[in-house]
Amino acid sequence: MKLGFLVDLHLCMGCKGCEIACKVENEVPLSTWRLRVKYVDVGTFPETKRTFTPLRCNHCENAPCERICPVSALHYLDNGIVNIDKERCIGCAGCVMACPYGAIYIDPQTQTADKCTYCAHRIASSMMPACVVACPVEANIFGDLDDASSNISKYIQVNQGNVQVRKPEKGTNPHHYYVGGGNVTLNPLASHRIDGYSLFNKITTLPLGGDH
Amino acid sequence: MAVHEILAATNAVVTLDVALPGIVWPWFVTMNMWAKSIGTGVIFMLFLLLRMHPESGKKLRFHTAVAAFVFINIFLLFTLADLHQPFRMWHIFFYPHWTSAITIGSFIASAFLGLLTLLVFLGWKGQNKDESNDTYDKLLLWVTILAIPVTLYTAALLSQCTARELWQMPSESAQMILAALLSGSAFMILLGGDKLSYEAKKTLGVVLGLSALMSFIIYMSEYVFGAMKAEEIAFTLEYIKGDGPYTVMFWLGQWMTYIIPMVLIVLSRSSKSKAILKLAAILAIVGLFMVKHVWLIIPQLLPMS
Ligand code: SF4
Ligand code: SF4
Repeated sequence: MKLGFLVDLHLCMGCKGCEIACKVENEVPLSTWRLRVKYVDVGTFPETKRTFTPLRCNHCENAPCERICPVSALHYLDNGIVNIDKERCIGCAGCVMACPYGAIYIDPQTQTADKCTYCAHRIASSMMPACVVACPVEANIFGDLDDASSNISKYIQVNQGNVQVRKPEKGTNPHHYYVGGGNVTLNPLASHRIDGYSLFNKITTLPLGGDH
Repeated sequence: MAVHEILAATNAVVTLDVALPGIVWPWFVTMNMWAKSIGTGVIFMLFLLLRMHPESGKKLRFHTAVAAFVFINIFLLFTLADLHQPFRMWHIFFYPHWTSAITIGSFIASAFLGLLTLLVFLGWKGQNKDESNDTYDKLLLWVTILAIPVTLYTAALLSQCTARELWQMPSESAQMILAALLSGSAFMILLGGDKLSYEAKKTLGVVLGLSALMSFIIYMSEYVFGAMKAEEIAFTLEYIKGDGPYTVMFWLGQWMTYIIPMVLIVLSRSSKSKAILKLAAILAIVGLFMVKHVWLIIPQLLPMS
């Protein structure tokens, strides 16, 4: 079994339901996130368009975070999930430096690394990840990539030619796909982060792990 | 930040997002690399002196071992202090994950510290017999060999940071060894003082000058050509170009560590001035901290997602 995610960006309307569901399900502390939806405005007024991109851990098959972790706190589960053992973590932040997708944070309460686990605890009880359940338009498709008849495999088949992963050049082989993605949505360097342009949140950076 | 060619239709601005993490590895990690360079570098230099200028080298056995011991302890202390869970450090030894450069580095640095402690003891015991200290010299050979992976493992660690394109393995390895030779020779010039013969000082000056030259060439190659290799490197280098936030610190570091010491070494050779050589050594040691710091921080300023 190889669990994977696919987000159809044609469907996503940026409601952030998944983001909230993740926060609640995993009690993700303030100032940190496991899953978020990024808004990027594209074009020049009046020809503009708003894009929405849910971003979470990719559960890479060749995960740099797992490789660099000195104590195997980050480890693979049999179902392909890259999981974390917070009791084992020594807080070296090597994984934060290694993950090309900025998917890991240092939990300010426990001072250990944390990230999306594809809701491994729910999967163990045969439930879907909280974000999948919360999405009103079923933009998040989750399932077994090894099973050709799973929803995710069929979706990939049907949309061949329009399936992307983030930063494929890194050789991480993500188990997280996008349909309808482009440079602006998937490449963080293709957009500007201009101070004062954010809709509600004027803070662009916060100290890692609180005030360690 | 670098501004790529922006077309009206692809002009893109992030309008709603979470705050991104600030600096992940702060100056503690700079301190780690800087102190380790000196701690291993002085060992390389003592090994060299005992072969090329034994009269000078043998007077410095104890002092060098103590200096290396102190700097390796500073390196380990800051490594520990940088952990968010320092009291769990022992996990590395009980749950080692051998693909990680951090694990390998911890084991070899611990072995290095053990041998270094023994070296200090042997140096202290043999302090009064200047002539020969066979046991010390035999152990020094092993300590010197072990100093190579100790100084190199950080390059392996940086290269395992897949997210930071700026740190490429072959050049980081070269930079780590060169930093050890540069700071080791500089520190030895200061530590040796009048115990060093003029010839020994000249040799140390040559090591300092050549390692400065090679290191400078690698940095300049990255600076000029790096942007042509990868988009992320191009964006990262913008932080040290033009009015980038680290431009001043970058150039201050390059001048203090490499350019000025190289000139001073040439001057000291022509004027046979000890003071000029010492000034070159001090500048190189102080400047190296800045050089390492800038290179550590700039790739961390890029948004990853
Ligand atoms: S996205 Fe980052 S955190 Fe997730 S598996 Fe890949 S490297 Fe690790
Ligand atoms: S911070 Fe924790 S999970 Fe991340 S690499 Fe270090 S020990 Fe492993």
